[in-house]
Amino acid sequence: MAKHNSRATLQFLLRCFPHRSRNPPLLPCAGLSTRFISGFDEKSRLLQRNIVLGDRRLLSFFNPVRNFVQTKQWGVGIQRKCYGSLAGLVQRNPRFSKFNDDDVRYFEGILGSKNVVQDEDRLVTSNTDWMHKYKGSSKLLLQPRTTDEVAQILKYCNSRCLAVVPQGGNTGLVGGSVPVFDEVSGILVCEAGCILENIISFLDNEGSVEMFQLMLVVCVLSAMDPFMEIYLNGIQLKGGTIFILKDQKHQNFSIYVMLGASQSIFSFASALFILKQAFDCPTGVEAVLANGTVLDMLKTLRKDNTGYDLKHLFIGSEGSLGIVTKVSILTPPKLSAVNKLLQEAKRKLGEILSAFEFLDSQSMNLVLNHLEGARNPIPTSLHNFYVLIETTGSDESSDKQKLEAFLLGSMENELISDGVLAQDINQASSFWLLREGIPEALMRAGAVYKYDLSIPLEHMYSLVEEMRSRLGNTANVVGYGHLGDSNLHLNVSTPHYDDKILSQIEPFVYEWTSKHRGSISAEHGIGLMKANKIYYSKSRKTVQLMASIKNLMDPNHILNPYKVLPQSLTS
Amino acid sequence: MKIMVAVKRVVDYAVKIRVKPDKTGVVTQNVKMSMNPFCEIALEEALRIRESGLASEVVAVSIGPSQCVDTLRTGLAMGANRGIHVESTASLFPLSVAKIFRKLVEIEKPDLLILGKQAIDDDCNQTGQMVAGLLNWPQGTFASKVVLDKEKRVATVDREVDDGIETVRLNLPAVITTDLRLNQPRYATLPNIMKAKSKPIKKFTPEELNVEIKSDLEIVEVTEPPKRKAGVILSSVDELIDKLKNEANVI
Repeated sequence: MAKHNSRATLQFLLRCFPHRSRNPPLLPCAGLSTRFISGFDEKSRLLQRNIVLGDRRLLSFFNPVRNFVQTKQWGVGIQRKCYGSLAGLVQRNPRFSKFNDDDVRYFEGILGSKNVVQDEDRLVTSNTDWMHKYKGSSKLLLQPRTTDEVAQILKYCNSRCLAVVPQGGNTGLVGGSVPVFDEVSGILVCEAGCILENIISFLDNEGSVEMFQLMLVVCVLSAMDPFMEIYLNGIQLKGGTIFILKDQKHQNFSIYVMLGASQSIFSFASALFILKQAFDCPTGVEAVLANGTVLDMLKTLRKDNTGYDLKHLFIGSEGSLGIVTKVSILTPPKLSAVNKLLQEAKRKLGEILSAFEFLDSQSMNLVLNHLEGARNPIPTSLHNFYVLIETTGSDESSDKQKLEAFLLGSMENELISDGVLAQDINQASSFWLLREGIPEALMRAGAVYKYDLSIPLEHMYSLVEEMRSRLGNTANVVGYGHLGDSNLHLNVSTPHYDDKILSQIEPFVYEWTSKHRGSISAEHGIGLMKANKIYYSKSRKTVQLMASIKNLMDPNHILNPYKVLPQSLTS
Repeated sequence: MKIMVAVKRVVDYAVKIRVKPDKTGVVTQNVKMSMNPFCEIALEEALRIRESGLASEVVAVSIGPSQCVDTLRTGLAMGANRGIHVESTASLFPLSVAKIFRKLVEIEKPDLLILGKQAIDDDCNQTGQMVAGLLNWPQGTFASKVVLDKEKRVATVDREVDDGIETVRLNLPAVITTDLRLNQPRYATLPNIMKAKSKPIKKFTPEELNVEIKSDLEIVEVTEPPKRKAGVILSSVDELIDKLKNEANVI
């Protein structure tokens, strides 16, 4: 039987314009606790299986996880012996130097002597994993507190060829955060993230927070690398290593999760769906590469299509590509106006919400004037903003109920003042024409300068207003786009192309976007047009890394030349 | 003055119709259903007449299964004052529907009955004519313009016929069926959708109206239209003439 899609579209006016919104996708909450537990179970079963079936030929230094799993069959009590015998299986890489007193002095110079630990008793904690399965033999523990300190340490270790094991809360289940040989020169231990309760109270002050979103935070942190600071709504949080998750709202279940965020320990298969969401959840990371280079990719945007998506390179890399020092995460927005409407829509419509589009009155006028068949849905009066919401679900009647409940609530709360609801598919398409017809209407209106930007919601529309005052009567500036993704299509319409106008728009629009930490290409990409403008969205170091990846995978640069990356880097 | 309007629940105009494998009809399960577009036009016309002050009440009627209430709610959200639902799960053919309307007209005593000229599902284009015959009322079918004179109790109707527009004058009460160009139906606004929830819908069954539903028609088979053949590109005019002569047999 064909899947039935019920589409109900409505369009309505908003009283005022939104400020900000960064909502993670909504998730069902029920039963999460059991998923957590079963996740653990599954993991341990997996370990057991590996012990029995483990293929010795696969053992290598580069696969320490499997090696540890192999050794587990000897049991905890003779761990030390295991490591001794591991020497036959995993050779210590002779390229690595051994640290000496000079190194220690250097580290003390950076961190202060308090944060350079050589005390045996204290080292035991960091040398043993959370489950007491694995025991390492490192003699030096470093505790950096800032990104800069991490960068300095790594730069130094890299130059000295000292091997480093990044460690967060050391709560991994696969031995990823335990140093293998005593020769391994140092462990970096840092406070991993913060107490989740602190996040809750922090967000309570900022606005409301949903439990599932915290769930996401947990998943994200666990899937990320060693230690990091967390940015919520752009504000930095710090705390301890233990994450406590409590749920007062949903079904009264409480989960206490300990996370060190050192390894992807909660990337359990039984909660794949959640994890997938979790991977989508962080919008940016800051990472320190092995050579000490700090990559600032802390964007708080959902859509950013400027070059390779490097953040995903670091998520789940278990500290093998770099050390994640900061991460920005999608959280519920501060409540105001459309924002609130968007959040309401996400909460009440949940999984059936498939589009949340906005257009301003200038865009609406343009479509009504230039497109045949376009019809003002609310002809009684002109409104400043219009929002088009579409839901797609499998059960028409229940979807409709949800939609109507949402609308009723939104009208009662005066989030919307007027609107229309499509009664059939034809009407739905005529609503969509108003939104999707804007580019065509712009073409008919004359010359058009198009910009596809991603800007944090609170600044989103100010760019349109600034551009309007900048250009005055010479051009018609319209703003529309995907509000749900804070994606703004800024279009400037003039009767004819004019270099003077162009010089007033560019590079102003790129500089403005860059200043507000936006992306100069939310979804259209970089292509030829913006190859040399990538720096407005990405730092030089980040672009340099992209170029290295390009060189690695396409050494002769035969694939799509002159695109994406600046020519200076690829020619 | 009271206006009664028929609104039929049909497969949405924009849905691609699929014929059932056993060829007894088209697939309607899990298919988006909406108000018949011609019925929307009929309702819009009634609402405009009411809004111009010539009528005081618009009653929307739908006949069919329980889900017809959704169609009626749409009608109420557009602005109808109240609804009547005649619930029947049997297959309904134009004559049965016309008989039900005759009974409802006897109960409600409207001055004007407006229907869509046809429903897009069966394309019968018969109900309006039949109910006019049963009531012995004058009829203005395929209306593209309707002008009412309340004083003289006369409706002037422009009809779309093959050779142009025919204008007829009907004494009220009368039956009007609507064509595509009569008007552009309005959207249901949110405040009106909310209001529609509290508007009354009266229920009847065909038995209560003393109408026996029987099928005087038998559907032999429903098939899809033949698939269009792909075109061919010819290399010369001679070849074209040859094909027209010998294959198409048109010259």
